[in-house]
Amino acid sequence: MNPLHLPWLELSIAVAIVGSAIVSRFRDPNRAYHWGLACIGVSFVCTLWAWLVYYLGVPAEDVAKYSVQSRLLGARIFEFDELSAPLVPTVALLHFLTALATARTKMRRYSFSWSLAAEAIRLATFSCVQPSWMLVGLLAASTLPPYVELVNRGRPTRVYALHMALFVTLLVFGWAAVDSAQGDISSIRAQLGTILLMAAILVRCGTIPVHCWVTDWFEHASFGIAILYVVPLSGVYAAVRLVLPIAPELVLRSIGLMSLATAVYAAGMSIVQRDARRFYAYLFLSHASLVLVGLELRTPLSLTASLCLWFSVMLSLGGFGLALRALEARFGRMSIVKYQGLYGHSPSLAVCFLLTGLACVGFPATVGFISTELLVDSAVEFNSLLCVAVLAATALNGIAVVRAYLLLFTGARHVSAVSLEIGVRERIAVLTLAALILGGGLFPQPGVSSRYEAAEQILERRERAKIAETGQAPFRGRTAHK
Amino acid sequence: MPDIDQVVKSLGIVVVAAPLLLTIVLGISSLVGRKLTEEATTRLGHATIVVGLLASITILGIMLAGGSRHIPIELGNWVMIENHHHEHIYHFSVKLVFDRLSVPFAILSLLLSGTIGAFASQYIHREPGFNRFFVLYAIFVLGMIVTSLAGTIETLFTGWELVGLSSTLLVGFYQERPAPPRNALWVWVVYRVSDAALLLAAVVMHHLRGEGDFDKFLGQRPWPEQLSSLDPLYSLDPRQALLVGLLLLVAVAGKSALVPFCGWLPRAMEGPTPSSAVFYGALSVHLGTFLLLRISPLLDLSPGLSAIVVILGLTTAVVAHLAGSVQTDIKSALSFASLVQVGIIVTEIGLGLRYVALIHLLGHACLRTLQFVRAPTLLQDYRTLENAIGEHLPHGRTGIERYRIWLYRWSLERGYLDPLLSEYIVFPFLRVFRWCDGMERRWTDFLAHGASRHSDQVPSRLGGIDELA
Repeated sequence: MNPLHLPWLELSIAVAIVGSAIVSRFRDPNRAYHWGLACIGVSFVCTLWAWLVYYLGVPAEDVAKYSVQSRLLGARIFEFDELSAPLVPTVALLHFLTALATARTKMRRYSFSWSLAAEAIRLATFSCVQPSWMLVGLLAASTLPPYVELVNRGRPTRVYALHMALFVTLLVFGWAAVDSAQGDISSIRAQLGTILLMAAILVRCGTIPVHCWVTDWFEHASFGIAILYVVPLSGVYAAVRLVLPIAPELVLRSIGLMSLATAVYAAGMSIVQRDARRFYAYLFLSHASLVLVGLELRTPLSLTASLCLWFSVMLSLGGFGLALRALEARFGRMSIVKYQGLYGHSPSLAVCFLLTGLACVGFPATVGFISTELLVDSAVEFNSLLCVAVLAATALNGIAVVRAYLLLFTGARHVSAVSLEIGVRERIAVLTLAALILGGGLFPQPGVSSRYEAAEQILERRERAKIAETGQAPFRGRTAHK
Repeated sequence: MPDIDQVVKSLGIVVVAAPLLLTIVLGISSLVGRKLTEEATTRLGHATIVVGLLASITILGIMLAGGSRHIPIELGNWVMIENHHHEHIYHFSVKLVFDRLSVPFAILSLLLSGTIGAFASQYIHREPGFNRFFVLYAIFVLGMIVTSLAGTIETLFTGWELVGLSSTLLVGFYQERPAPPRNALWVWVVYRVSDAALLLAAVVMHHLRGEGDFDKFLGQRPWPEQLSSLDPLYSLDPRQALLVGLLLLVAVAGKSALVPFCGWLPRAMEGPTPSSAVFYGALSVHLGTFLLLRISPLLDLSPGLSAIVVILGLTTAVVAHLAGSVQTDIKSALSFASLVQVGIIVTEIGLGLRYVALIHLLGHACLRTLQFVRAPTLLQDYRTLENAIGEHLPHGRTGIERYRIWLYRWSLERGYLDPLLSEYIVFPFLRVFRWCDGMERRWTDFLAHGASRHSDQVPSRLGGIDELA
């Protein structure tokens, strides 16, 4: 048996599901940590291998031979295309690094069992390449583990539950309407469905005025779980798979305008925050909205920019979140009102904090630089005001990041009787992300080329949907193996 | 016999690679927690700067010997996107230009950086921030070299950002004191505005010409020759030229501390003296004027833009002179003295005196570096002079004393420029967003049926073991 022909993607999801079941039996947090970390690690290796198989060009039929999903589900639903191939291992990597960097003091609070369950849902979502009920179901299901997290922690759930109930309702009704139109995307039913789907995605992405659940979520969830729920940008994935191929221009323009307003608003809000978590939440909202802005423009360049920015957000905001989480593990919830003077305790953490923060805002030599350049370049061709707004958001985010850095790490030195230096596991996690951020920033061509291919594929899908509307070809997604 | 072009290209790469190597070695060793010793850091710093300086001087020699005034070095596309028809839909090319503007500025940057590197290795010897200083120093030198040799506006922007970040962090170098971090944030905000304007100008240039390449935008005439009707820029609408020019002028004003952004320069003096000397007194403050010289063909196209440049330069010189007259500490006085000269240089550029401006810039940078480096021993120098002449040095009246008291106060408050920016831009911005924050709180409290913000209970300072030194 050729190991390249094994269904590694399915294995990664299966490992996460089985791991979740096993870890849920352990009461000892230390044991749960070791087993949980092992399962998340194995799952990550499987996704990495699946990505390698995809890029080596192994024919889909060879992989399908050993696949069990055709037998179980009647069709191959979970597979890779240009868009999802690098996303899935990145999501798995984020889970692995977050688990790895969990401090001993936080092990009891961090539920590895629910984290594995959420990872399984997320990996399945990101490998679901066809717009289908399965994808809709997975997106709906992904809202449950965070709810359980809030309940388990005894925190208020109303804000989260109300928004997610709205999201799931809009998503289900929207897709039901689109599905019932049977490929006729110009029908009233399909158009109504698209509008409902758009609304669902705006809720999930935290676009104003339905963004408050994101800040509330960061207020109440454990930080690691909070990062993992939002940073992979499942809402953007839903937009690309469900809305972008069929949405009329008006819908896309509405998404773009609202996202642009959110990007600037959230960037401004991040500057006035007094709590580090809320600052992070607004920073995330601003970047997630910038990704949506790129999608709305519908040109190959803007889509490439958007997809590059998506990657940059995952890596840099993931790393930034882990650096902030490492601080929280030592000092508790961090206020950014007064200067805390933490540099002396952990210079490495300060450097990683600044590096990942600057990568978010597109500083040269980091992964965010070229994506911001591409986004600004594509925005100016579309509308100069759009370009000004994107630049304003980027500039404000940059100010917010350095302000947070100065408030947390400078000022009169904080005195402690114990060492507060960054731990080995945290260092590995943050340095891995830092290496990816710098590597992607210094050698961006492979990443950009891959995202351009994905952008072309998305636009091709949209074209096919338009052709299907005129009856020349059926509306179907395409799964490409190189 | 090696091809002369190939030699120049190799030397050009060495000029950029030397500070890049310094940045990589110091940066990575710090990131992984394996800092170099002071001696190794100093030696590496000296070696890389000397190599870069020798390479750039050799290039200057080759240019003078061969009579070439403009040597572009294409390093290829850093990023390129091609469609299925193999047409470029995007490219980010890396190109260096060696001409009469970039070579003197690069040599100046390396020369002063090298001098200050040697000075700093003694000045901050055994200080806790030694390694941090040299990491930022390396980033600064790299940024200066990339900016001065940039052949495309995207490359220039890369260097510009590196200079901005390193300068900001150096202003906040003495981070345990209260003032430096605050001033660093102010400097950073001004730099971000400047960066955004530059990026916007770059994008508009790209949009108008499809190229960010200076040669293709401004024409291939060697600097500082006037525009001719054959140059691509000549076909540009004067309004378009004015738009690009104004955006660039905002970038220049931010970086060179021109009115209304001149308040950041005295704030930047919170940094250690070596960084004040080289970064704000000599190099960083001239970066804006360098950009203005680089895009000076644009000024030929728009007399209105030239007039604005002249007015801006003169205003800055006058404000800086008045503010500098009433300063009571040597570094602030020197910073305003620098600003007076920068204002005059900007005026010269606006008047089309480009060689004069370049020579003024080079001479001023060297003089000011010397003055800044001597600043900590000013009293000692005075005493030596007074001992030598056998009497007290004459204390001249400041010219401002002759004016009315309000002008004195106006000068003392540095033209009220910082309060104006705070009152009309910063505070309204903060008020609007704080109001939004309050409204969000009311909304989430309503949805949650109670207090929704756990963060309200977070103390503003770290608790428990929090004992501030």
